[in-house]
Amino acid sequence: MLELRALDVTYGGIRAVRGASLAVEARETVALVGANGAGKSSTLRAIARLHDAAGGDALFEGRSLLRLPPHALVRAGIALVPEGRGVFPRLTVAENLAMGAYWRSNKPAVAADLDEVHTHFPRLAERAGQLAGTLSGGEQQMLAIGRAMMSRPRLLLLDEPSMGLAPLMVQKIFEVIAALGREGMTILLVEQNARLALEVSQRAYVMESGEITHGGRSSDLLADPRVRAAYLGE
Amino acid sequence: MKTWLSPRSTAGLIMIAGALLALPFLAASGGQAWVRILDFAILYVFLALGLNIVVGFAGLLDLGYIAFYGVGAYVYALLASPHFGLHWPIWAILPIGAFVACLFGMLLGAPTLKLRGDYLAIVTLGFGEIIRIFLNNLDAPVNITNGALGLNLIDPVRLGSLSLAGTSEWGALSLSGPQKYYFLLVTLAIVVVVINLRLQHSRIGRAWQAIREDEVAAKAIGINTRNIKLLAFAMGASFGGIAGGIFAAMQGFISPESFSLTESVMILAMVVLGGMGHIPGVIFGALLLAVLPEVLRYAVVPAQKALFGSVLIDPESLRMLVFGLALVLVMRFRPAGLWPSPERKRELAEVSE
Repeated sequence: MLELRALDVTYGGIRAVRGASLAVEARETVALVGANGAGKSSTLRAIARLHDAAGGDALFEGRSLLRLPPHALVRAGIALVPEGRGVFPRLTVAENLAMGAYWRSNKPAVAADLDEVHTHFPRLAERAGQLAGTLSGGEQQMLAIGRAMMSRPRLLLLDEPSMGLAPLMVQKIFEVIAALGREGMTILLVEQNARLALEVSQRAYVMESGEITHGGRSSDLLADPRVRAAYLGE
Repeated sequence: MKTWLSPRSTAGLIMIAGALLALPFLAASGGQAWVRILDFAILYVFLALGLNIVVGFAGLLDLGYIAFYGVGAYVYALLASPHFGLHWPIWAILPIGAFVACLFGMLLGAPTLKLRGDYLAIVTLGFGEIIRIFLNNLDAPVNITNGALGLNLIDPVRLGSLSLAGTSEWGALSLSGPQKYYFLLVTLAIVVVVINLRLQHSRIGRAWQAIREDEVAAKAIGINTRNIKLLAFAMGASFGGIAGGIFAAMQGFISPESFSLTESVMILAMVVLGGMGHIPGVIFGALLLAVLPEVLRYAVVPAQKALFGSVLIDPESLRMLVFGLALVLVMRFRPAGLWPSPERKRELAEVSE
């Protein structure tokens, strides 16, 4: 469904990503793990068109994404949950979720999706009238994922969903990511917490200083002594 | 979505309409100068509502807004004065003025798309000054704007055979020039308010809101942030352009001096003081800041004479002093503005919990 071919991303002359190639198949959860500054988020930002790629290509269902403007992605079927959550702080939870369906005009379908978001995140239904900026970090992350789901994506891009959250909240968020995966959503997950990311995904790629060094089935990577030593703190 | 007005808001509207009708006659009892002050207050409402689109709705800090007012005024003056010997009718000039101002709005918007906050403020401030300096210097090699001397003998607004300058009489009803402008301005202001209210709750309004809150997230939900930001600049500018046209017609004379940075700051203060993004608040802020200095001007000299027997402090500087103090106090005690939107009030309440 998504394929990166030797993608290069540069930031102010520094090559943050060098020749990254990876593939995400339909109905699959794929994790991209690595240390801080390894280039994971830069890769995701290039896919989401928030930053221009310097070389290579990114294909979604066979079509190159790199010529699309960022706002066209959601229509193409890709939703991004930005790093640091990026909720609209001065809008209510309900307004945030409605914004997720900004490009859609089919009201009954949107209402059905809202119900689905509420089943995944009952907390969001309870807090519908509250301003997003006053939610806890975990609730904001739920809202950001819920808002992305409201655009009815075929591919969900998650950028560091565990960032800055209490361990219990991280657990909760990853339970929902796992549930979405089981329901057949295609997910590309960029995550620093390698253990959680490998547990929730079927396949994973490891990134080190801008390059994808290895990839494979998540269960194999979890057992790989090198990965365990470098990313799982063993 | 309200489909029809409740009896209470209908009564409120009738009262507002009655007050708007009576106001110019009440003001005239204190002299025509007060009617003119009223006219200017409505002109400022125009400007504040236009700037509110950019600053309040889309969250783009613009310190050069007066430039569009200037552009609109000069378009009117050039097309309806002896300077080029053109005397076009108002219904032709105002749309042209709005369009030219709108072009200038996009001219400012396009290179600043990636800027936010302080950086945007600096560029817009520079833009405002550039326009003023151009107006000041475009008298050579070809005399377009007549430089610092300004343009004189600008045609008043004519609606059919009725000129809005001078007094007209219909039987017992006699309307002075400023009073006639008042009715024109109020009519236009109502149109502008309705457009603003509709915009705020439209798809475009929601897109502006999203950009104001978080631009990356706005892109991620499918908003074309570039076009929507340009639209905010363009729409805000065209309101400024229309206001400028009427200003030129009302004054009969314009010069670059009228379009200084102080004016931009004044309009921004109206928006912020009233309640950014909240239309009734912005209107209130504009009326208050337009009328209050005039009231002070009339109050300061007699008050000093009564207290000290002579005028110790020049009324103009005292006026600015009181004005500045009032602004500081408002920002200290009502940071969301004097009449903020319910959402902003709720936000402040929740934060202080």
